[in-house]
Amino acid sequence: MSDNTTTETVTLTVDGQDVTVAKGTTILQAIDQVGTEIPHYCYHPGLSSPAMCRLCLVEVEGAPKLLPSCVTQATEGQVVHTESENAAGMRRGVLEFYLVNHPLDCPVCDQSGECKLQDYVFAEGRERGRSREPKRIFGRDDFGGDVLFYGDRCVMCTRCVRFMEEIEQKPLLTIVDRGTRSIIDTFFDRGLEEAEWGGNVVDICPVGALVSKDFLHKARAWDLKHTPSVCGSCSQGCNIDLHTRDNLVHRIKPRFNADVNGHWMCDYGRGNYEWMNRSDRVEEPTFVDDGRAVQLGWDVALEALEQRLAGVTGGVKAVVSASWSNEDLGAMAKFVESLGGGEIVFRSARAEDESPLRGFPSLARRRDLVPNIKGAELLGMTRVGGDEGRGGLEGVADHDGLIVVLGDDLADQDEFFGSKASLFVYLGAHTSVGASAAHFTLPVSTFAEQKGTFTNHEGIVQEFLPALEAPGSARPASHVISSLVGAPA
Amino acid sequence: MGYPYSHDSEVPMLTKHFGDPEARTLAGWKARGGYAALEKALAMSPADVIEEVKTSGLRGRGGAGFPAGIKWSFMPKEREKPHYLCCNADEAEPGTFKDRELIRWTPHQLIEGCLIAAHAIQAEHVYVYCRGEFFEATQVFARAVEEAYEAGIIGADVMGSGHTIDLTVHVGAGAYICGEETGLMNSLEGRRGEPRIKPPFPAAAGVFGMPTTVNNVETLCAVPHILANGGEWYRQWGTEKSPGTKIFCVSGHVRRPGNYELPLGFPLSELIHDVCGGIRDDNALKAVIPGGSSVPFLSEAECRDCMLDYEGVIEAGSMLGCASVIVMDEKTDIVHQVRRMAEFYAHESCGQCTPCREGSDWVVKILRRIEDGRGTEEDLDTLMEITRQMTGTTICVLSDSVAAPVQSSIEKFRDEYLALIRRGERVGAA
Repeated sequence: MSDNTTTETVTLTVDGQDVTVAKGTTILQAIDQVGTEIPHYCYHPGLSSPAMCRLCLVEVEGAPKLLPSCVTQATEGQVVHTESENAAGMRRGVLEFYLVNHPLDCPVCDQSGECKLQDYVFAEGRERGRSREPKRIFGRDDFGGDVLFYGDRCVMCTRCVRFMEEIEQKPLLTIVDRGTRSIIDTFFDRGLEEAEWGGNVVDICPVGALVSKDFLHKARAWDLKHTPSVCGSCSQGCNIDLHTRDNLVHRIKPRFNADVNGHWMCDYGRGNYEWMNRSDRVEEPTFVDDGRAVQLGWDVALEALEQRLAGVTGGVKAVVSASWSNEDLGAMAKFVESLGGGEIVFRSARAEDESPLRGFPSLARRRDLVPNIKGAELLGMTRVGGDEGRGGLEGVADHDGLIVVLGDDLADQDEFFGSKASLFVYLGAHTSVGASAAHFTLPVSTFAEQKGTFTNHEGIVQEFLPALEAPGSARPASHVISSLVGAPA
Repeated sequence: MGYPYSHDSEVPMLTKHFGDPEARTLAGWKARGGYAALEKALAMSPADVIEEVKTSGLRGRGGAGFPAGIKWSFMPKEREKPHYLCCNADEAEPGTFKDRELIRWTPHQLIEGCLIAAHAIQAEHVYVYCRGEFFEATQVFARAVEEAYEAGIIGADVMGSGHTIDLTVHVGAGAYICGEETGLMNSLEGRRGEPRIKPPFPAAAGVFGMPTTVNNVETLCAVPHILANGGEWYRQWGTEKSPGTKIFCVSGHVRRPGNYELPLGFPLSELIHDVCGGIRDDNALKAVIPGGSSVPFLSEAECRDCMLDYEGVIEAGSMLGCASVIVMDEKTDIVHQVRRMAEFYAHESCGQCTPCREGSDWVVKILRRIEDGRGTEEDLDTLMEITRQMTGTTICVLSDSVAAPVQSSIEKFRDEYLALIRRGERVGAA
């Protein structure tokens, strides 16, 4: 079975273990395939390889010198040693060089716990540094945008400079001066506030040199729970991790997906998480009975709703939000159909234009600033209103039949919205004046609090997992709505 | 003849017209037999020119000593993309001052060499990368280039041969690292002067990504002589493996420092004691750096039988490099000298590679401390180990250049370090 693949692959030996890789693979990638990590800083899979950090040097039998594994191609029969006296000794030496001027301020460094300098030195550095000399001091600099630079922690891997040059293709960062005085800097008064993808430099910085102002001193890395999710800020559907502690989202980090976002995400999506932490939530199912608000839990509320649904006349009109999952929207579609059908509309903000990432063309901050517009459209729902996500509900506001609203908090509507309806059911996370006429106000969880899927602009269905606990009695909307389907109409 | 001093042992070939202002002009150069070699070369096929240079055994004079003809033969035989020749005139190795003199006294010799080499490698453009501090030399050279353009020697139809060869004089900004051939190419392209990883080698992808050959000034200046008289003729001087003449830049504690063009294989002691008139004040010799400050020291004993050719100096324990002989007498404070050299390299490190960026600065700090009388014996072990980690671990060899003088001085002059460490005593007079 391996006969016809020999032209496409090469087999080499890494620390005594045979590994077969595609031709053109670097030794570093081959080592990765074996399951060990060779320390590296300047190499990043999404960027070019300058082979300058000199950490990934390996011994290749027959080569006169150690070779940088990040740029040396694997060849047939190559015998690679990463743990030989020569290779490991040299790595220990390079790590010591990194510490000559490093401030070792881990206790106050945000990167601590997810720092590659910390990891590598703990794993194989010298127990004690031999440098007795005073350290070079660079201090801090505001790089603009969300990025703060701690010059003394920098390992000069230049990933940030290359990201801005090669991926965002807005060269706002550069290396100034040379030798041990060399430092990363911006140009004069310009900075990363001009960037739309600048936050990625914080992600790819292997140490604590580039840190997020927003996250500064907010949490220790090891206290954060990472939950795989999908960005809710546009229809691109970047894969992300929500980093949470104490049931609050502390930051968003991109999660690698070769087809959707690579290693990257935009600053807009990265910074758009505070709404998930809002405390003014709808927490308990509430319904109006004889002019009195009743809060007696889900069972009572749903039973009352079933009874009210049975007597409703005048047809159904539904308003949803394309920030809710396929499961929630699907349940809504089914529910409306079970009532004999009716129009389901949604409103969504739309930016003037797309903001593409030039060096990774399949990625852009899309015009539609909601994650599931494609999912809503595939379910036959119609977009109404303007580009600012308002208006378009004239036909619903005065409807005298059943109005069901999911997720749209009706912020632009007044207290008369739905006041003529025979039944007005509001499922949402937050409430507003526009929802004040609702007969039923039912708390539902946001996508950060539940499992579900979004369909991105290309039609790729992507799953997210619950990162937060929903407040009070809030439930996924799909659970609430499904329990109503099949109720006597 | 040599300039300012000359000696009977010299074989003035490249340096024959040093000190003769008329040789700087086109007319003067032609009157001295100039451009006949170019005319001859243009009538030959590129392959034949390369073959002639191969026969001569001419080795690169920039320091590495790689045979020039073989280097040229690495260039693609067919010109599918533009080919470029770079002349490395970024002479900056401490102790070296031969290229500057070649350019300022015999600019047409260099132009002729460049054009012959360009013809050999089928280059359509020659970039002469001059060191930024070479104000006078660059002016002289630029004037000669203008003259040669006007006379149809450079340009659209080189001496009526039908070949187009242009020549650009590019002035660097004064960074030592731009004398490293790939750093030079980056600088020429307008990038930071940082050496590139090899492969790809310049012959495959050099300046602007095109096949490129980089040659030193002295190498190119030797080419017209080889073409005019033949490769075998050139071999009458020097040794089997290191043929020809070489300009030795002698500096330091000799009575008559300067450039001396001698056959390779010349005895070092004769160079110092005879050609250069001996050590100043009749002092005793302590050490010699035979090839520019980036090669190891030779102790007095090692100098005695050292022959100045590529193999001979290696045998003696150092390298010929660019033949910049720095002579130090008994009053020399070796630690002080090493610290100054290390400071130079630390200052000139481009900062790409960690061992060089961090290591060279660390070495300087330790050396300063030792010089101030605050060193320990452990520092010497640390210096030996970190310089070992700086050798062969980086993209270019600048890092190795810091290591060589430090390691060789600790090995050969350990007593001087120990004297400073133990008693704070400094060798030599102030």
